[in-house]
Parts: sequence; structure tokens; C-alpha cells
Amino acid sequence: MIRRVRPSTTKAGSGRIILWGAAITVIALGATFLLDPYRNFQLATIAATFCAVAGLTVLVGSSGQLSLGQAAMMAVGGYGYALTANALTGVGVDGVARFVLAMIGGIAASGLLGLLLGLAAARLRGPYLAGLTLAITIAIAPVTTFFSGVFNGDAGLQIANDSVPPILATLIAMEQWQAWIAILVAGVVVTALASLSHSGIGLHMRATRDDETAARLSGIRTGRIKVIAFLASSVTAGAGGAVACFITQAVSPGAYTLAFSLMLVVAAVIGGLGSISGAALGSALIVLLPWTVTLMTEALPAELAQRLSGNLPVLLFGLLLILVMATARRGLAGIRFRPRPRRDRRASSPRRPQPDSAAADAPPAASEPVLELAVQSVPSAPHERRK
Amino acid sequence: MEHRSHVHRVTAAAGVAALLVALAACSTPAAPSEGGGVPGVTEDTVTIGTHTPLTGPAAAGYAGISAAASAYFEYLNDNGGVHGRSIDYIVKDDGYNPANTQTVVRELVQEDKVFAIVNGLGTPTHLSVIDFLNQNEVPDLFVASGASDWNQPEKYPYTFSFNSSYVVEGAALAQYATDAHPGKKVCLFGQDDSFGAELIEGAEHVLGDDGLVAVERYAVSNPDVSAQIGALKTAGCEIVMLGTIPGFSALAIGTAAQLGWSPMWFATSVGADYVTLSGLLKDAAPQLLDGFVSANYMPGISSDWVKLFSTINDEYNDGAVFDGNTIYGMSMAYLFAEALEASGQNPTREALLEALTSGDLTGNGIVPLAFSKDSHEAYPAAGIQVVEDGVQDYVGSTYRVTDDDVEAIDAAFPPVTEEGIPAN
Repeated sequence: MIRRVRPSTTKAGSGRIILWGAAITVIALGATFLLDPYRNFQLATIAATFCAVAGLTVLVGSSGQLSLGQAAMMAVGGYGYALTANALTGVGVDGVARFVLAMIGGIAASGLLGLLLGLAAARLRGPYLAGLTLAITIAIAPVTTFFSGVFNGDAGLQIANDSVPPILATLIAMEQWQAWIAILVAGVVVTALASLSHSGIGLHMRATRDDETAARLSGIRTGRIKVIAFLASSVTAGAGGAVACFITQAVSPGAYTLAFSLMLVVAAVIGGLGSISGAALGSALIVLLPWTVTLMTEALPAELAQRLSGNLPVLLFGLLLILVMATARRGLAGIRFRPRPRRDRRASSPRRPQPDSAAADAPPAASEPVLELAVQSVPSAPHERRK
Repeated sequence: MEHRSHVHRVTAAAGVAALLVALAACSTPAAPSEGGGVPGVTEDTVTIGTHTPLTGPAAAGYAGISAAASAYFEYLNDNGGVHGRSIDYIVKDDGYNPANTQTVVRELVQEDKVFAIVNGLGTPTHLSVIDFLNQNEVPDLFVASGASDWNQPEKYPYTFSFNSSYVVEGAALAQYATDAHPGKKVCLFGQDDSFGAELIEGAEHVLGDDGLVAVERYAVSNPDVSAQIGALKTAGCEIVMLGTIPGFSALAIGTAAQLGWSPMWFATSVGADYVTLSGLLKDAAPQLLDGFVSANYMPGISSDWVKLFSTINDEYNDGAVFDGNTIYGMSMAYLFAEALEASGQNPTREALLEALTSGDLTGNGIVPLAFSKDSHEAYPAAGIQVVEDGVQDYVGSTYRVTDDDVEAIDAAFPPVTEEGIPAN
């Protein structure tokens, strides 16, 4: 158990994560050539969602803090991107410079809110924390309405289109270019997140999650670790939201509802909490499943299809969640590790007892399924643990 | 040892990726119009699509529009279609949420390869896809919204409106208020986007910059309007102009009734359908809606068009409730058929645009269609309807609105020819 949370802080460890991240990114970039424009749009959407789910899975899986506000963080990133991009368009900046600066704007906005929220979160736990993050998500629409002059209410903000760079214009379509950008951003963001999760900070996060008092006795500054976890997950979500804004040239509160926020949690749980590859699976699932269901219901009579199209995906996600939790508590990403018992593996390489690359996917300790975290924390009201 | 195997794996993966890139580079992804033919057009079909709210806050008022349009297209197909082609109308639900609109419209254009987007519904929703449609050179016809954004031929050559604009309706309603109820205090309750803003612009065109005594706004995401209605009551409003979708028209009227307040309501065509509002206000409707004033430009209840549409509704729409949405949806579908017919034996997107801007299309609205090379505005005039004894019909006041003037005109709907099927 303790072995599992040992970090791979050696240069070889982080170097390998970067190498893997780069390789997967290149494969994904190559895959865009095999897809038609709409599929590339979906791939780009998955990449944007992946940023947010990866952040969430590290936050919940590694640091043990539940957030229902991940969609709000995406929205903040999206609005930060749109406002910066529009300001830059106003002064005549465009192209790569506008994209990079607007990305920075989006990430900075979500990072700032994440920091504030993290400072509060470090003092809260369980249902209290969930309540706080829930409030942030619900506040998005009223805030955009109240400051309608800045955020343009329900209609949201539109931004100028970034077309394909002239060099590539004959080779790739618009959607493919957008998918490239989304994949590159996701590659950078998620690789950085995986490196963080593998570093000493990641170890401290897991120690904090498992037993905060013990962690503090070991000299870990748990408050700071929790803030860092929140900040990291907010920044990745913000990057995802900024990319989503880039893909669709718009951001509106309707895209970041409470339902979507819960869907991000479902994606992280179904994929396997704490697992980056699980986050990728979960992101693909929440983008593709509703679309597939709609395709299937279109064959039905119009009225029935209309009634089912909105509700059936939600029902399926519920069933899937129950199924995955009942049969594979580590989520979809955990399933493939089963045939390879860890003991054999360690025996075969006694010199490297610490986790290898699979540690990037290391699910939370099986003895403590994180889904139960929220439930477990209900009886432990704050005063109980504040000694 | 293990380390080395990882490096191997990574190298192998990168190699495979590079190979993929090299292989696939030969097959640049298909552009929307690739394949030689016209997107959405085959020997015997023309496929078009729309985005519309079938669920969510706006569904109550608008879900019937696409059903009515589909019914008309079925009627048309059963009678030979257009130049022998039947029309396949794909309807996608966006829940009146711009984020969904972007997804479903991309799907229609890139997956279903539609010939045109027809009657996409909503100002905030359609604004989110107008750039995409024009960049991809997809005809974007008869947007179901009175915003003036759709009438920008220079910037959006592929986009055409269908409604009379909110500026036109605002001016017509304000002019009617001045003519029929002089000296009353006029206020406005509007949606917090260009819908509300343009209605205000139209009203002030007639009443002057300070002509509106009070203005309140609402957001679709917040279905509680008591604060705004209370403020209007306090301001002593006697006439309240409504820049609202049907659900919020009913909310405003219902909330005012709960406050014991009953001003005169002047609504735009998009939020004024009597049958829809009755369905929302239930038993109180006859009392609350008596004398309800609204602008409109579609055939009135006593016209021959409505008789024809009523027959089609019975036969092709399972006898669904016949309301203003039915008339609107079928009129729009008729206009599309007329435009497609005028595009010739072998329709292309260019020919369709040519037909639309030729000035030869008539439509069935209160004034002849105003489409031309320089204008993508459909109907620059609006008539006034009033509810009397549960019947909503024109009272004979019709106003044509130009940049400088609001002028009362005589109007009559064009006669129904060829059973409402554009001549082959």
C-alpha cells in the first residue's frame, strides 16, 4: 500500500512521462487524418473535455477532494479566453499571438478562481466542499446575466475565427486544424498533470488523502497540498474551456450547466478515479455516448425519439456507473490491469519496486474506493477531525 | 532492462504514428462539397435540416413549428415534390442552448450533408452558428428570429431572414399604441439579448428616445420575473410591450395577474400566439388574454391559406393543435419550396441564392417578400392583431417601417394558387 504511493521523482521517471505524452499526442495528431471534419470536431471536443476530466481525476483520486465545479472552471477558462481574444482583436492582434495570449488569459482566470476556491477548500471537506463547488457551478448563469454588459447573458460571447495557417491550408481542413490545437493543448496540459502527480507533491496529495493527520505528523503541509491540487485541476479545466471556446468560437453559460459538471464527475469515476487514461476513456464516453444514442433514437417515431433523446443518455450513464462500480471499482481503466497481478510484476523486477509507467494510471488504493469518500465524510463533521 | 523496453515501446509508437501521418497525408479530409455533386441533392431528393428547441424553456412555444413544416413537406412530396424531388427535412433538437446548436448544426452540415439549413430557430442559438454556416457557404435560409443580424448581405451572403424584424414590430406596435390609445404610458419587458434591444430600438423609433416610461429585462435561464413585473407596476405602466418568447409572455401575464395588475399587453409575433399562450395560462387564459394586442405578418385566421394549412395539418400532422406555429411553419416550408422551384431543374446552392435575390419570390406574408441583392430582410411590415372573444385576428392596421418613417398601408394576403404547391 505504501509502496504504491511512492513517487518516481527520478529524471528517468518524469522523462518517460513526457516521452509517453509526446508519443500519444503524435498518434492522436496522426489519427486526425483518418477522420472526416465532424469526427475531428468530436475529437477536438473530447480533447478539451479530457483536460478538465484529467484535472478532476487527480483532484478527487489523488488529493481526495470532491469538486462539482469543474464545469464552472471550464466556463471561466472559456470566458477568459473569449474576453482576451476579443480585446486583442480590437487592437488588431490575430493569429498565433492572439491564440497564445488568449490561452494565457483563460488559464490565468481559471487559475485565479481555482486559487481562491482552493484556499477555501483547504478548510472544508466532504459535503461542505461539494456544496461550495456546487454553488460556483450554479452561479455561472446568474453572473453572466447580471454582468450582461461583459458576458452578454445567455447568448454568451462570440470570438473571431482563427482559420487554418496558409502553409497548411491546402493539406488540412478547418476542423482538423482545430483538432490539432486541442490535442496539442491536451497533450501539454495532461503531461504536466501526470508529472505533477508523479512528483513529491503527488505523493503528498495521496498521503493527505489517505490520512490527513498522519500526513501532517510526517511534516506534510496538507493545507498547501490541497490548494495546489485545486489549483492544478482548475488550470487544466480552464485550459479545456479555453480550447472549447477556440473550437466553437463561442462560450455561453448553457454549455456549462450543473448537469455537465456532474457528467465530468461521472466521466472521471467511470474511467477510474486517479487514472489519466481512465479520464481519456471517460471523456470520450461522455462526448460520444449521447451522440450515439441520438443516432439510434432517430429511427424511432418522432415523438418517442424526442422524449428519449434527452433522457436516455442520462439513464445509460446511470446504469453504466452502477455496472462499472459493481464490477470494476477502479473504473474502465482499471479493468485491463487485472490479468497482470502486481505481485508477479514486482517479483520479476525486484530492483524497481516503485511503480513504473502504470503508476500514471494508478487508481486509488482498492481498499478506499473514492466514490465512498464523500459518503464516508458525511459522518465526520469538521469538528471531529480538527483536533 | 524495463526502462529500455519502455523506450522501445515509445519509439515504436512514434514510428507507427509517423507512418499513419505519412499514409493519411495522401487522403486530405473531404471538404463539405467534395464528390462533384451538390451537397444534399440527389436524383430524387433534396435534404435540408434545422435546429429548433424540442426540449427546454422555449419548446413550449416552438416545438410545433418544425412539425408543421415537416407536414407541409410531406404534403408536397405526395404531390410530386419540387421538380420531381422529394424534400427530406431533418429536425434536430438544440434545447434553445447555443452550445447544443453548434453541435447539431455541424452534424447537419458535415455528417448529414444538407443542402441548406432552413428556419434555424432563435437569436442566441442561431448567432452561434452564423459564422460557421457562411464560412462553409451553406445557404442559411429563413432564420426563425426577428433579429436584424440576419439581414447583412455583405457580411453574411448565405443568411436570409424570415420574420419581420423586431425593429419593425416594435415600431408597428408603438405606432398602434399611439394611434389607438394616445396618451397612455408605454413600457417594455424584453429578453436580455438583441431580441429585447431591437424591440426597444423599434419602439423608440416612434416614441422618441425617452418615450418608454420603464424598461425591464429577463434572462431565459431564470424563470422568475416577479421583480421585473413589480417594477413595471410601480412605474405606473398602462401598456407593456413584450419582447418575450411564449413561455415568458405567459410568465409575465400570469405574474402580473398574481400582483393584481392588468395593463394592456402588446406582444411581438414570436411570443404572442393565442393558442400557445392559452395552453400555458390554462383556465385563466380567456380572461387574461382578452384584448391582447400583437404584431404579425403571417396569414390571418380567416385567410384561404389557413384553410389549406388546416387540411394539411389534419392529414399530415395527426391533427395536432392548430395554432400560429402551424401557420408559421407551413408558410416557411411553402416559401422554401417556392425558392427551390425557382432554382431550376438542377438546383445548386448558387442557383438557390440567385432565386432568392432575384425579387421574383412572393411568399404568403402580409406584404410581398423584400429579398433582393441588397437586402435579406423578408417582410418589412407588420399588421396588428387583437384577441376578441378568444379569436386572434387582424384589425386592419398595418404598418410599413423604413429607416425614417412608419407608414400605415393597406395589406392583403396573396391568393392560394395550385393548392399551395409551387408550379412545376
